[in-house]
Amino acid sequence: MPEGTLCNKKPVDTAEGITTLLADQSGKKYYEEMTKLEIDSDLLWKTIQNTCKSRIRTWLEICAHCGMCADSCFLYLVNNKDPKQVPAYKIQSTLGEIIKRKGKVDNAFMLHTMEVAWSQCTCCNRCGTYCPHGIDTGIMFGYLRGLCYQQGFVPWEMKIGAGMHRVYNAQMDITSEDYIDTFQWMVEESEEEYPGLTLPVDVEGADIMYTVNAREAKHYPEDLAEAAILFHIAGENWTVPSKGWELTSLAMFAGDWAACKMQVQSVYDAMDRLKPKRMVGTECGHAHRATVVEGPYWAGRPDGRTPVESIHYIEWLAEALRTGKLKIDPAKRIKEPCTLQDSCNYVRNHGLREVAREIISYIVEPGYFIDMSPNKEHNFCCGGGGGFNGIGRFRKQRNVGLKCKRDQILATGAKLVIAPCHNCWDAIRDLEEEFEIGIRWSFLKPLIIKMLIIPDHLKPVEEDVEDDVEGDDE
Amino acid sequence: MYTLLTGPVFYLALGVCMIGMIVRFYRYFNGLSWQLDRVAYKAWPSMGFKGAVRSIYKWLIPYGTYSWRSQPVMTAAFFGFHIGAVLLPLFLVAHNIFLKEKLGISWFTLSTSVADILTWMAVISLFFLILRRVVLPEVRILTDRKDWGILLISMAPFITGLLARYQVGDYSFWLTAHVLTGEIVLFAIPFTKLSHVFLFFASRAQLGMDFGIKRGGIRGTKMAW
Repeated sequence: MPEGTLCNKKPVDTAEGITTLLADQSGKKYYEEMTKLEIDSDLLWKTIQNTCKSRIRTWLEICAHCGMCADSCFLYLVNNKDPKQVPAYKIQSTLGEIIKRKGKVDNAFMLHTMEVAWSQCTCCNRCGTYCPHGIDTGIMFGYLRGLCYQQGFVPWEMKIGAGMHRVYNAQMDITSEDYIDTFQWMVEESEEEYPGLTLPVDVEGADIMYTVNAREAKHYPEDLAEAAILFHIAGENWTVPSKGWELTSLAMFAGDWAACKMQVQSVYDAMDRLKPKRMVGTECGHAHRATVVEGPYWAGRPDGRTPVESIHYIEWLAEALRTGKLKIDPAKRIKEPCTLQDSCNYVRNHGLREVAREIISYIVEPGYFIDMSPNKEHNFCCGGGGGFNGIGRFRKQRNVGLKCKRDQILATGAKLVIAPCHNCWDAIRDLEEEFEIGIRWSFLKPLIIKMLIIPDHLKPVEEDVEDDVEGDDE
Repeated sequence: MYTLLTGPVFYLALGVCMIGMIVRFYRYFNGLSWQLDRVAYKAWPSMGFKGAVRSIYKWLIPYGTYSWRSQPVMTAAFFGFHIGAVLLPLFLVAHNIFLKEKLGISWFTLSTSVADILTWMAVISLFFLILRRVVLPEVRILTDRKDWGILLISMAPFITGLLARYQVGDYSFWLTAHVLTGEIVLFAIPFTKLSHVFLFFASRAQLGMDFGIKRGGIRGTKMAW
């Protein structure tokens, strides 16, 4: 059975393995090897028999082929209503066909299936809410990705991402030491401006255990500082775990369920170890979906809940504004047309449709907020969800996918797009680069910090009054 | 022929349909798995129940969901057909006389004029649904032979019923044909896509539980999935 050295059915679970894969630029050799990868049909069929039970079987069977899902899919809409982009067609011609053939499919079919699974569906689950029978094609694509992963047909970046979780318990090669060091360093940088700002690491029994997206430590460390500043000003008793700090899961995008379990278990272990009252996760959509919504099931928790109550960053923020822990200076509110990107993963898939709007009511001058249409649980995917943003092989398709969000934003006339989700934030940044429509985009943290009223006792102490008076003359 | 169809074959068709669907219902719910579906059905029965009821209820109301509202013409055709398809077999006067005779039960009946309207509405809607299948590329690509078979099976009792109703040609022939095609529907329900007659409720209940227990409904928001 030909298995490539890079592209094969084995998960990557060593640092060397990851380095070797990364050295293969853009996965050139990896994808070459994939064209020769054989399918283990017996394993595929056995897996389907064991895991494809009444829900998905019934979905595939009773689909009335009515096509009502077509218009729900942004990829169908932006691809000139190509019938091959109809959700029902996409899943019937891939998963449906694999089942019909009892797993006896060839290499070309699996290559095609991989393309459909990662470039024609972002698992936004919008179609699920459009089907009279309640058929959720996004769920089935998640399942299909798992089958593809098992057979080695997974985009290069996703294989690496899942491997990162296996090796580092994070989506990037950041060790726990790196993470704490970076966070510590960022906090020290802001200490002068915010006296008393500290990084409480591994404090037991805190009110809040804060978890992040590894990208923040690697590429956007200011996000870490902002989180610390906001908790500090709100007077929260918070902590970060030195292990189990990563909220995200590229393993979920990859369909590597074993890695998904390992990843969320590391966070749940931190909860058990530190016994915080609650966990607050950063402004990320899929990370919330992975660790809070799906994770308990991967970890085998029969109640489907995390060990301690877990909330999204916007929930904490709305609460802090509501209770007055954070106060906004009305003069500094946003006074330009702005809109909000609803993340599929915590709005449609976790019901947080009003929370961000409550925050908006505090931070945007009345009259300047324009909702996208459609919005809330009916909002379209940013165009880069489900791993789409990160896959070089499907970049062209992703860029076409961005058009839907571009047009939605243009229709609002907004100059600023508030995107409390890493994936959406990336997609909106990329759509500005691609189409140059003249917008800015932002997470909530930096916006809020700019307009906070800082309580006197948290302000920097003015060392010399005379100096200050002189300073006024300038 | 008529005696055979209205006698043993009728009981057989009804029996196959009912038992078949009980089996399928049982197998559906028995096959749900909290770990595979990632929905904690048993841990949150009340949230699940509310979600399921809401999901079924909203979708049974014409224009009751965002999806129904966004495709108004399709929705009109959908309900135009389904209202007739559910009410006519159960509440037509002639059907009730038949049921009384065969099973000793009868209930509320529709007046002839209402029945006529519902029947014509169903037939016209069916033609529209067929037209849609032929004309719209996004529906055409999904359509296979089985879909045409289902349409044919579903349409036949309406057409034969109308021909008998208006006594076009040989009344007794059309009546026999009507009984036969009706029984074909009963036989087909458990084994074809027509199983949605019952499995619609199962599948909707499942997604309702999914959203009620785990996804969008968890934070107390009342969405119609």
